[in-house]
Amino acid sequence: MENYLYIALFAPLVGSLIAALFGNTPKKLFVGILTSGLLGVSLIASVNLLAHVFTTGEAIHVNMMDWIVIGNVSIPFGFVVDQVSVTMMVVVTMVSTMVHIHSIGYMDHDTGFNRFFSYLSAFVFSMMILVMSDNFAGLFIGWEGVGLCSWLLIGFWYHKEDVKKSNDIYESPYSTLSPYSSVSPGYAANEAFIMNRVADLGMLIGIFLIFWNLGTLQYDAVFAHIGSLDTGTVVAIATFLFIGAMGKSAQFPFNTWLANAMEGPTPVSALIHAATMVTAGVYLIVRANEIFTVVPEVGYFIASLGAFVAIFAATQALVATNMKKIIAYSTLSQLGYMFVAAGLGAYWIALFHLATHAFFKSVLFLGAGNVMHATNDEINIKKMGGLKAHMPYTAFIMTVASLALAGFPFLAGFYSKELILASAFSEHAYILWATLWVTAGLTAFYSFRLVMYVFYGKENYDHSKVHPHETYPFVIAAMTPLAILAISAGWFEHEFVHMVTHILPEYHPHLEGSTNLILMIITIGISLSGIAFAYFKFKKSGGYFSESMKNNFIYKLLANQYYFPHMIEAVILKPYLAISKFSWKEIDMKLIDAIVDGIANGFYAGGESGTAMQSGSLSKSLKWMGIGILILLILVVAFGNLK
Amino acid sequence: MSGIEITLNDYLALSTIIFMIGMYGAMRRTNLLMLFFSTEIMLNAVNIGMAAISKFHGDLTGQMFAFFIIAIAASEVAIGLGLLILWFKRHNTIDLDSLKSMKG
Repeated sequence: MENYLYIALFAPLVGSLIAALFGNTPKKLFVGILTSGLLGVSLIASVNLLAHVFTTGEAIHVNMMDWIVIGNVSIPFGFVVDQVSVTMMVVVTMVSTMVHIHSIGYMDHDTGFNRFFSYLSAFVFSMMILVMSDNFAGLFIGWEGVGLCSWLLIGFWYHKEDVKKSNDIYESPYSTLSPYSSVSPGYAANEAFIMNRVADLGMLIGIFLIFWNLGTLQYDAVFAHIGSLDTGTVVAIATFLFIGAMGKSAQFPFNTWLANAMEGPTPVSALIHAATMVTAGVYLIVRANEIFTVVPEVGYFIASLGAFVAIFAATQALVATNMKKIIAYSTLSQLGYMFVAAGLGAYWIALFHLATHAFFKSVLFLGAGNVMHATNDEINIKKMGGLKAHMPYTAFIMTVASLALAGFPFLAGFYSKELILASAFSEHAYILWATLWVTAGLTAFYSFRLVMYVFYGKENYDHSKVHPHETYPFVIAAMTPLAILAISAGWFEHEFVHMVTHILPEYHPHLEGSTNLILMIITIGISLSGIAFAYFKFKKSGGYFSESMKNNFIYKLLANQYYFPHMIEAVILKPYLAISKFSWKEIDMKLIDAIVDGIANGFYAGGESGTAMQSGSLSKSLKWMGIGILILLILVVAFGNLK
Repeated sequence: MSGIEITLNDYLALSTIIFMIGMYGAMRRTNLLMLFFSTEIMLNAVNIGMAAISKFHGDLTGQMFAFFIIAIAASEVAIGLGLLILWFKRHNTIDLDSLKSMKG
C-alpha cells in the first residue's frame, strides 16, 4: 500500500518535470497526453488507497525521510493516508485528471501548451503534499506550493496589457459587467499571491504558536496534547490558523483575489479556483478539528463569517454578466457554506460538501471553458444566447451541474447543502440558517440566469465573427465522469459518513423527523422557485433587470462588487503606494543612500589625500613608521593599563 | 661592590637610548651609508636588551637570539653594501633622496 501512496504523490511531479523540459518549445501533443496519463495513474493509486482505507479502516502512515533534525526537534517528511486525506486525494486527482484532459482541448492553439501542463501538474503535486502531509510543516510547504502554482497559472497570459481604469461600469475592470476580470493577468496573479502572503503570515504564526507550546508539529502529537494548553493559547492558535484558511479560501476580507483570478485560463479556474486549492482552507479546519473543537467560540466566528460570505458573494453574482465571475462568486458562496458547517462542528458535512462541490463546480467551469472556446473568448453572457443548438452536450452538462449547484433534489449538491442547513437549524443558529436559506434561492436564480443567457434565447453574438461549435469529443468525454459524479456523489452519503467518522467527530443534525422534512421542503422550495423564476422571467421578457433597475444604486453596488475593490484601492493600495514612494524618495534616497555614499566617499577622499604620504622618500617613510610605532606603543600602554 | 648596583632597568635604559640614537640617525641622515650605520646601532641596542634580559632571567634564549641577530645583521650589511655599490655605479650618488621611484 505504501507504493500506492508514493505513486499517487509523485506521478504528478514526474509529469510536471518532464513537461518542464519542453517548456520553451512549441506545442507537443504528447506532453499533454503524458501528464494526463500520469495523473490518471495517480488517480488509480488514490482510488486503490480509498478502497483500502474504506475496507480496513486503517490509516497508512509513512515516514519518507527526516527533514529537520536539530536537538530534540524532529520534523520528518511524513505522509498519512487516512479517511480525510484519502477523500481529498481522490477528489483532487479525479478533478485534475479530467481537467488535464480537458486542457488538451482548451489550450490546443496556445503557444504555452507545454508550459501550461508543467504548471498544472506541479500544482497537483503541491496539493497532494498539502493533503497528505502528517505535520503542519509539510502542510505549509504544500500550501505555499499551490500558492506559487496558482500565481503562475493566473498570470499564464502575463503578456496581456493592463486595462485602463474607468468609471464606466461597462468598462471598469472592477465591475462585473465589463469584459475584464481584472486589470491584467499579471495584476490578478500578483494580487492573489500577495493577499495569500498576508494571510499566510497568520497561518505561520499559528504554526509557530503550536510549535512553541507543544514542541512538535506532528498532527497526532499536537491533537493529543492540545487540551493541555490554556484556552487563550488555543484561541490564538485557532484564530491564526483560520486567518491562513481565510486567505486560501478567499473569505472576507481576502475575497477579491478569487474573482480577479478568473483572468487565468478556464481549466485553471476549474481546478484551482473552484475545486481544489480554494478548499484547502476548509481542509485545514477539518484536519485540525481537534483544535477547533476545544474553542467553540472561534467556531461560531467561522460559521458567521461563512454565512456572511455565502450571501455576500451570492448577491454579487446576481447582476454580473462576466460568466466566469458568476461561477467564481458561486464558488465563494459555497465555500461560505462549507465554513458554516466546519464552524458549527459538523466537520464531515463540510468535507462532504467540499467533495460534491468540487465535482459540480469543476464541470461547470469546464463547460464555461467550452463556451468561451466556441465563442472566441467571449465572456459576457449577454453576448451569447441560443448556444444550446450548437453545443448540446455542453449545454446538457452545464445544466446538470447548475441543478446540482442549486440543490435540485437527488443531485450531489442537494444532499450536502441540505445537511448544512439542517445542522445550522439544529444548532439554533437561526440567523445563519435564514442567511443560507436565502442564499440557496439566490444560488438557484443566478445559476439559471447564466444557463438561460448562454444557452437559450436570441443569438446575441456577432455572426460574422463567431461560429459556435461543440468542442472535441474527448473533452466532453473528460467532463462526463465529473458530470456523473455531480449527479451521483450525494448518493454515497452513508458510506462517506461511515468512513470519515472514524476520525472526524460524529455529528448529526438532531432534528425531529417532521422538522427535518419541513426544512427540506422549504429549502427545495426556495431552490426550485429560484430556478423557476430564472426560467420563466427569461422566457417572458428575455432579460432580468429593466433599464430603470440598472440605474438603481443597489444594482450599481452589486455590479461594482460592493465597491470593495475601490475601497481596497483607496484605503490600502494608494496609501501604501504613497508610503512606498515616500520611503523611496525621502528615506531610502536621502538617508540610507546618503549614509552609504558618504562612507564610500569618505574612504575615497581619505585615500586621495593620503597619497601625499607616499612621497617615495625613504626617510619620510621611516618617519611615518616611527609615528606608527609610537601610536601602537601608546595604545599598548593605554589598553594594557585598562586591564 | 660598593653602593652602585647595575640593575636590569639600567641596561634597558641604555638599550633604549642607543635605539633612539639609531632611530634619530635613520630619520635624519640622507647618506645611505650612514643609514646602514644607524640600522646597525638600532640592532645592537636590541641585542643589549636581549642579552641583559637573558642574563637577569637566567634564560639563554635571549643571548641565542642576540647571536642570530648579529649573524643576520652581518649578512644583511653584506647584501646591502653590494646593492649600495651597484647604486653608486649607476647614479654616482648614495644620497637617499635619489631613491624616489616608489612615489605614490
